Amino acid sequence: MTVQLVYLVAALCFILALKGLSTPRYARAGNLIGAFGMAIAVVTAYVHGAVHNGLLILVAMALGVVVGIPAARSVKMTAIPQMVALFNGVGGAAAALVALAEFLAVPTSSVLFRVATVLTVLIGSVSFSGSVVTFLKLQELMTSRPVVLPAGQVVSVGVAVVSVVLAVAVSVFPSGFLLVLLALAGLALGVLFVLPVGGADVPIAISLLNAFTGLAVAASGYVLANTLLIVAGTLVGASGTILTRLMAQAMGRPLTNILFGAFTAPALVAVAGEQRTVRSGTVEDVAILLGYAHSVVVVPGYGLAVAQAQHAARELVHLLETRGVSVSYGIHPVAGRMPGHMNVLLAEADVPYEQLKELDDINPGITSVDVALVVGANDVVNPGARDEPSSPIYGMPIFDVDRARAVVFMKRSMRPGFAGVDNTLLYNDKTTLLFGDAKDSLTKLLAALKQL
Amino acid sequence: MIDLLTIFVLAVFVGFEVVSKVSTILHTPLMSGANAIHGVILVGAILITGNAESALELVLGLLAVFLATVNVVGGFVVTDRMLEMFKGHKR
Repeated sequence: MTVQLVYLVAALCFILALKGLSTPRYARAGNLIGAFGMAIAVVTAYVHGAVHNGLLILVAMALGVVVGIPAARSVKMTAIPQMVALFNGVGGAAAALVALAEFLAVPTSSVLFRVATVLTVLIGSVSFSGSVVTFLKLQELMTSRPVVLPAGQVVSVGVAVVSVVLAVAVSVFPSGFLLVLLALAGLALGVLFVLPVGGADVPIAISLLNAFTGLAVAASGYVLANTLLIVAGTLVGASGTILTRLMAQAMGRPLTNILFGAFTAPALVAVAGEQRTVRSGTVEDVAILLGYAHSVVVVPGYGLAVAQAQHAARELVHLLETRGVSVSYGIHPVAGRMPGHMNVLLAEADVPYEQLKELDDINPGITSVDVALVVGANDVVNPGARDEPSSPIYGMPIFDVDRARAVVFMKRSMRPGFAGVDNTLLYNDKTTLLFGDAKDSLTKLLAALKQL
Repeated sequence: MIDLLTIFVLAVFVGFEVVSKVSTILHTPLMSGANAIHGVILVGAILITGNAESALELVLGLLAVFLATVNVVGGFVVTDRMLEMFKGHKR
């Protein structure tokens, strides 16, 4: 009775946590409420449920804390998305293991129980291996481009069919061996599912896998007849699904296109040998351009974050403002590696919240902007997304910086952006390129501006 | 069984409802926070391990406890770090 009451309180905490996390003002409090709910639930489960092996459980939890906290504390803000992916993956793996262990203990219970077991193991495994692949992609330990295996679609469908057959088989004849096979099929399915997802879309896959883990946890709640697991898992599954849809909307593309686009997109023909000229300028040219402008929009991207140039950017903006230039930041919803990622990064650098402007604030007045300074961004200012239906990122809302009076593009190299798409803006007459590391260039620019 | 199903269906609606309007700024922290919450599988892992009878169950259970703990503490800590960045910029 008391146990159930504690679980009820914990479930309420989780609901309040999600509610809080949806509003800027209460987000941090929401997270703490969630942590509190988790703490009381875990303590209660330990006190009432750890009949045997109490010490071993404590040791395992201590190890988890020793691994988890330093990892979460030391991760760079730029690497947050892959960290979330990893935490999500281990959660999925834990759910699959729980169901597996319970099945080994009581394999002969009802069919419904076995269906729940099968779902937990399958979804948990998919979530685990899928998350690992997203981690590898974002950490750039493997290519971030979509990977389409030869006959990938056939293989994926084949593995999916095998998984379903195994799932039905285990539901009918309880067999530990088949359940392990199902887990392996799930692992393969997770890999096959994420491989064709292109780099810029990986965060959406993470969000979806996050929802999957939630569902696996909910299914494990049926296995254990535990209401808290059902409620919490379902909450995450449902909210995660909505969040995934919102993210896809922010990128202006339907979810199916993001997940399966690599299979249907026409192969890009490389325009080899075609000579297109770009104009690269010196730091001094750019300093003059910026220093005597009336209005400037800074469009930061992941390159700024990688170079840790947030602080240099803020100083530059400050200096421009003291010269009477009106400056704002144009923050694309998917700037960085995840929706909202850039806001976190700039907040870290103490950029005032009010200077961060969204697409709808910037684009209507873009023609009267003197200089658009693009720092380490690429895909979010690519006019191809607006003008070329054949572009893989067609339909994604962009900053129309090509309509500003001048564009300064700070880039490390001519390499295309994360989505691997060439950017015609680079060859535009209005565009001045400034090659180099973002932080380096901004620092030099700052020095040059002070000379004016 | 029907009780559990009722709970499930109601939770789906609550889940949809709580995040139906959220600004893009908070997408990343919200995902991360939800990620921490599904670490509640730790409760299941503890219950399983606490009643484990064979060595295999024990090993699987302990592994699950370890992984779920990483999920929980890592998830909440990383979310808090993200949200900490926002403080001080609001009225």
